[in-house]
Amino acid sequence: MKKNIFSSIIAQLILLVFVIVWIIPTFGLFISSFRDKDLLATSGWWTSLTTTQVNEIHRTLNKDAQIQENDIYIIKGNLFDIDKGKKITSFGITSKNINQFLVEEKAILKDGSELTVLENGDYKWKSQNPFNNKNGKRIFITASSPPNFTFENYKEVLFKEGVGQAFLNTLTVAIPSTIIPLIICSFFAYALSWMRFFGRDTLLAIIIASLVVPLQMSLIPLLSIYNDIGALFNVSSKSYPGVWMAHTGFGLASTTFLLRNFIKSLPHEMIEAARVDGGTHYDIFTKIILPLSIPALASIFILQFLWVWNDLLVGLVFLDQVPSEIIITAKLRELLGSRGENWEILTTGAFVSMTVPLAIFFLLQKYFIRGLVAGSVKG
Amino acid sequence: MTIFSLVLYVLAGILVCILYYYVSNFLLDFFTKKNSNDSLIRALIFIAPAFIVLLIFILYPVFETVRLSFFDKFGREFVGIDNYIWAVNDPEFRRGILNNLGWLLIVPTLSTFFGLVIANLADRIWWGTIAKSIIFMPMAISFVGAGVIWKFIYDYRGPGDQQIGFLNAIVVSFGLDPQAWITIPIWNNLFLMAIMVWIQTGLAMVIFSAALRGIPKEMLEAARIDGAGELKIFTSIIIPYLQQTILVIWTIITIVVLKIFDIILAMTNGQWQTEVLANLMFDWLFRGGGDSGRGSVFAIVIMIAVIPIMVLNIYRHKQEQKI
Repeated sequence: MKKNIFSSIIAQLILLVFVIVWIIPTFGLFISSFRDKDLLATSGWWTSLTTTQVNEIHRTLNKDAQIQENDIYIIKGNLFDIDKGKKITSFGITSKNINQFLVEEKAILKDGSELTVLENGDYKWKSQNPFNNKNGKRIFITASSPPNFTFENYKEVLFKEGVGQAFLNTLTVAIPSTIIPLIICSFFAYALSWMRFFGRDTLLAIIIASLVVPLQMSLIPLLSIYNDIGALFNVSSKSYPGVWMAHTGFGLASTTFLLRNFIKSLPHEMIEAARVDGGTHYDIFTKIILPLSIPALASIFILQFLWVWNDLLVGLVFLDQVPSEIIITAKLRELLGSRGENWEILTTGAFVSMTVPLAIFFLLQKYFIRGLVAGSVKG
Repeated sequence: MTIFSLVLYVLAGILVCILYYYVSNFLLDFFTKKNSNDSLIRALIFIAPAFIVLLIFILYPVFETVRLSFFDKFGREFVGIDNYIWAVNDPEFRRGILNNLGWLLIVPTLSTFFGLVIANLADRIWWGTIAKSIIFMPMAISFVGAGVIWKFIYDYRGPGDQQIGFLNAIVVSFGLDPQAWITIPIWNNLFLMAIMVWIQTGLAMVIFSAALRGIPKEMLEAARIDGAGELKIFTSIIIPYLQQTILVIWTIITIVVLKIFDIILAMTNGQWQTEVLANLMFDWLFRGGGDSGRGSVFAIVIMIAVIPIMVLNIYRHKQEQKI
């Protein structure tokens, strides 16, 4: 018994290590996408979960803001442009001694004026003589910064960087690219399972062979077909229907194979009985097979949809890389090139691109796994 | 484009597809007697769209790519095996072959191994389901998304600066110097492979998890009663029992790895000696206005690598049909 507990603890520890290693990358990205971009560029995301010490430089207002109260001239305001919940602990007026004064302490400056800074950034600068500084006074502060998250990055990425449009474009690519092959292949799979015609077995063997044919084999000839068609009808060779058909082609073998395995496994008595009753294959397919295949169709829908959503190559080759057509993975790749150092853009863009797959993953995990397992055990 | 026109576009595309089947079958029923079920026309209606797509998008291109690999960059003049000779002497091509081999050795091995270990552990622990969910999650993410995630992990700042990349932060906390991981030749390949292992382990895990349930409980219990430790059970019962599954997972991941492209394009675009065949092929689609001859050579090398797996699959299918 003792040995069992010991081995169970070891097992739990090993698994825990795996889980931590596996979740940290995504978790870091998720946290970072909600961080202030300046903080993101200067500190690790793991520091953002706790209160941290930051050193900053701010400026007071200049002479134009002064007011006069009983012979005393005053400039007052708040050091922070936006309230992010920071609390000042100490401040200074020279870069050599940035912690010269504690918060709320009365600092007497060289010209005899006095300056106080409160915890929340409010300051008051008093002098007997009128102020004549053109620029505000520099104040160095040390503050504690609480965890602070924002949606700013999302606003910027979705609307200014064009990721929002790319998201819609990807939907435009992905929905038909999933539904069209599903329709075409379910008829095909039915014919391969239950209809008699010459060359059926050969056709099935071709499908199985095509399962592993790399997409790269098709790219060059297809590009030239597309270009020819474009030139013939004097339209752009790159278009949404073109991509739909490409995805249909590349997903055809696996979709057909999975559906055929499922449809073939349905009881043949049922189909024969319907035939005897005078049902045509079309009736049998739409009224019996299709309703029974819904779980299988759901699994395959998810596989194909995720495949298309996550695809980069087909989107790069068969669509123009312009705002109205670029898909989200291609957009992300473009941002990696052009905004390589702007982690607030990259992390947020990546997370936006992941929202749909992750939603599907968490809501429909059962179907997703079922599809993968069906595809592997039999394939 | 506005959302409205996008929706219209999508609906029109799907509608055309459904209408084809509806109208053609309606017409067939209309013009023929009832019970003419075995008519070849119906089979044709069912098969035609898929077959035409298969023909245009897979079958024709395979032969055309083979042909193009023996022609010049515009596909007009026959050049014999010049493109292949060029490839063998091209340092990038050689680098690509070497790197692809490295990927093929390391990624399927590690993913399969981790997947097997995790599936095994998770099935015995009460929070195993949650653990499996977390390990499996990267499977849902795109390679480019994963690229961004890991580029952030590998981020490098100069030695004096605050590190914002997780890996360098760990390295620095041990008092070592930060490294620009993805620019160190040879080793950087391992850092790119780690991304793929991170993704594919989940796949291996769920398939193993399903297969593990097929192992007879009595067998495991008998082994335990006989005093076999967990490790012994793992090596002498579970692994032999899962041989077939291991092979299947291995081939699936091998095929994914052979075509590895997105991660390389997003992370390095082949710089710092990380080039792979699929990325070179993509490059030659457009480099110098596109070279269909050289591009095809890369595709064919990838194709040749999957042929053994293809033969194996067809053989296995034939076996299943017999049973």
